[in-house]
Amino acid sequence: MARKFICISVLFSAFLMVFSPTAQAASGDDEDKTGFIMHHIKDSHEWHFATLGDTHISLPLPVIIYSSDRGFEVYSSSNFVDPKTHTFGKEHNGYYIDDHDKLRAVDENRFFIDLSITKNVAMMFLVLGVSLYLILKASTQYKRNPNKAPKGIASFLEPVIVFVRDEIALPNIGPKYKKFTPYLLTLFFFIWFGNLLGLLPGAANLTGNIAVTVTLAMITFFVTNFNGNKAYWKHVVATPGVPLPLLFIIVPVEIIGLFTKPFALTVRLFVAITAGHIVILSFIGLIFVFESYAVGLASTLMVVFINLIELLVATIQAYVFTLFSAMYIGAAVADHGHDH
Amino acid sequence: MDLISPDLGLIIWQTIGFGILFLVLAKYAWKPILAALEEREGTIEEALSTAEKARAEMENLVAENEKLLQEARVERDEILRTANENAAKIIEQAKGEASKEATRLIEEAKTVIQTEKEAALTDVKIQVAELSLLIAEKLLRTQLSEDTAQKALVEKFVEEIKLN
Repeated sequence: MARKFICISVLFSAFLMVFSPTAQAASGDDEDKTGFIMHHIKDSHEWHFATLGDTHISLPLPVIIYSSDRGFEVYSSSNFVDPKTHTFGKEHNGYYIDDHDKLRAVDENRFFIDLSITKNVAMMFLVLGVSLYLILKASTQYKRNPNKAPKGIASFLEPVIVFVRDEIALPNIGPKYKKFTPYLLTLFFFIWFGNLLGLLPGAANLTGNIAVTVTLAMITFFVTNFNGNKAYWKHVVATPGVPLPLLFIIVPVEIIGLFTKPFALTVRLFVAITAGHIVILSFIGLIFVFESYAVGLASTLMVVFINLIELLVATIQAYVFTLFSAMYIGAAVADHGHDH
Repeated sequence: MDLISPDLGLIIWQTIGFGILFLVLAKYAWKPILAALEEREGTIEEALSTAEKARAEMENLVAENEKLLQEARVERDEILRTANENAAKIIEQAKGEASKEATRLIEEAKTVIQTEKEAALTDVKIQVAELSLLIAEKLLRTQLSEDTAQKALVEKFVEEIKLN
């Protein structure tokens, strides 16, 4: 039955896609109808939930600015909203928020740091809150009676904790895994909860933001290189077993390799999560582009399907990020020399 | 806020946020949880090895019991066998002795009978001889007046003796 529905809706949509005059006509203001996709993917100074007719339901967020001449300044982002168009653009105290939702000074030469609690920062605090609540709640049980079987949240978290410890930390880092397990666990749970919460309707695309992924990757980079032992650095600056002339080629490659690792981590998580969000929103966007019930049905089914896949991707990406972090750390702290 | 250019503000907030998360969780969650997990794993392993040991001990005990039982059985069989043998031997011996005794008694009896018989025979012979003498005397006294009669008598006696 369900399969018939899908077949018919897909057929209808294909038919409509080709012949629908509205689709042709809509191509002019497609930007309007699908603009919400990029708006959702990117960070913002306000948390927009819904638009009903002309009313925008959004949460204004604090804009925090630090500049050497004026110190810290805090405004509400609603100060920058133009009352006529309901969009950013109004100037306030020498600042304005441009079309790309970026805070700018009216005086182009002024230097300042935008420390605003943007949508993603607020989302990060939400993820932080959820993680802290769940994990600290689980930890109380372990403090009270460590030898009892886990109950409640602990029984949900324990397999994951044991998995990160036994399947990610231990095999990739080796005997020194205990030192790095807390970091890997924090990383895993932050990314995992971030990914999952990001799938909720109205949530921000936190782990699909390149600033967030680059920060996490750089933390792994620093953890790796600050813990790198002699063999690791020797491998980088004077690769053993390589003739001298080749070293001139190998060493730069190795040094570039140090930075490609966090770069790969950054891009992988960013792309996987952002792409997922874009796919889901594109299917929803189809409904507004075609304005057809058949497309609506097909899109909704596809959105449900992609959402299920995204649940998997959320976990896999958390696993992969943690796994690669563990592998990089493992390579840096491995006791044995270079043997392959 | 562009898609692929990281925003400095968010990087700073993310660093602070993740740092706080890591420090708080490492101190108040991961440390006790990992310690508890390790402790529990240790306890479970210990319990398992204790159980294994107990099982082995149990098996040992059972095997020992079985061995003891086996030994007891063998001993019982041995005792029974010896007893049977002894009994058979005793019976055999008793039988042998009895038959020997019987043979001896029979032999003795035979000897006695023989002796008695011989004595009786001797007696009879003596008496016959005496009787013969007596008869002979009487005959001699009564009939030996005539020669012919004497002769006839003697012949007759001789005949009789021969028959005997």
